Amino acid sequence: MRNAGTLKIRIIPILLLKENRCVKGKQFKDFIDTGNPTTAAKVYDSQKADELIFIDISRDREHRKKLYEIILQTAEECFMPFTVGGGIVDVEEIRKFLELGADKVSINTAAVENPNLIKEGAERFGSQCVVVAIDVKKTESGKYEVYTRNGIKPTGLDPVDWAKEAKALGAGEILLTSIDKEGMRTGYDLELTAKVADALNIPVIANGGVGTTQDLAEGIKLGHASAVAASSIYHFTDQSTIKARGHMKEAGLNVRPQW
Amino acid sequence: MITIVDYGMGNLRSVQKAVEYLNEDAEISNKKESLENADKIILPGVGAFGQAMDNLTSLGLTDVLTKEVVKKKKPFLGICLGMQLIFDKGHEMGEFRGLGWVPGEVTKMDKGGEDLKIPHVGWDEVKIVKESPLFKGTKDKTAFYFVHSYAVQEIGADVSGTCEYGTEFVAVVQKENIFATQFHPEKSQKDGLKVLKNFLELRDESL
Repeated sequence: MRNAGTLKIRIIPILLLKENRCVKGKQFKDFIDTGNPTTAAKVYDSQKADELIFIDISRDREHRKKLYEIILQTAEECFMPFTVGGGIVDVEEIRKFLELGADKVSINTAAVENPNLIKEGAERFGSQCVVVAIDVKKTESGKYEVYTRNGIKPTGLDPVDWAKEAKALGAGEILLTSIDKEGMRTGYDLELTAKVADALNIPVIANGGVGTTQDLAEGIKLGHASAVAASSIYHFTDQSTIKARGHMKEAGLNVRPQW
Repeated sequence: MITIVDYGMGNLRSVQKAVEYLNEDAEISNKKESLENADKIILPGVGAFGQAMDNLTSLGLTDVLTKEVVKKKKPFLGICLGMQLIFDKGHEMGEFRGLGWVPGEVTKMDKGGEDLKIPHVGWDEVKIVKESPLFKGTKDKTAFYFVHSYAVQEIGADVSGTCEYGTEFVAVVQKENIFATQFHPEKSQKDGLKVLKNFLELRDESL
């Protein structure tokens, strides 16, 4: 990995939202409730997390209004950068989230089904606020494939090819999630992460599988990611972003000082 | 009263909330009268340079901004794109004239080589190269939150802070009453709020 100078490695908790509550599952299934999103955001902020990512996986639109309130409330109380994704289908929705206080938006299914949305978003708001989220499964033949619609729909796309195309269309960052690893707490899919990170000159955020702070350090050292996202570790273990930062610093990685 | 200039470019509410958190009132407005009545002016912004200048021009705000800031010397804070606009020229998707209050040009951050990841996104250290009231209580090399692909990559006389990513670029500007940051103070937690507070607490005698 190229030395990024004084730029700090980002430790990013992900908040998965379903019907306006934080949830957490395994391999995109079996969700359990993990609490109130704004409360969680405030805790992460007080622990000096570097960024937050909210992904709404509610399937109906009826909770959308409440989601806007959650985003607005987070912006009012947390003076830190955050990204919002889930169900974004047009630039109007991108504008809405940015106006509510988000710094970036994450587009997943809509980017595959209408790649022009990446371009429109980047032209209007700048590449720096368009994150393309890519969910990947390893198929039986051992090849990686991009899935959309919360991990349900195979697309036939190769993750490296798709990430490159997304970049060419104007994506400023890639949020890369291994569906197989997600929620399993056995570490990132480092092979997948390195493949995508090495092929691109935009930042890649590794996601899916973190169970220990060691896994986070490996995402950078072996996965070559620019940032490490996780959620189970913060929900279900006694590890916090404070401990994560401490471990990464010990591992020789360039993170922000705690105080 | 602080006026946050609304010119259809990005995340104004976050800036307003941060100002309010610091116990000052801030009005988001695109009206000339609001700029004329303001004690201080903040120009935030996310998006492309050319589009931003077009929007300011079509709202009829470029002249009144220059009058209030350059002539009347009202304290001004530009943030991110709002910093870039105070320079002479921007080279994002074409070549566009900026407000021209500070000499310099805004160019793509691609001088660091093919494999340097752009946008420059995340917390990065600001080196203080010249004292400024904006830095009061801030240590040298404190990390702030950046998210941008373009920057001013020539370090002129009005530069107070720099950052390095591939090349050295402008992170903080102060030219008399004109202040600007490439990073987002409103998104840089405690350290960022301190910078914003320093701006809000500026009094004439400190300029």
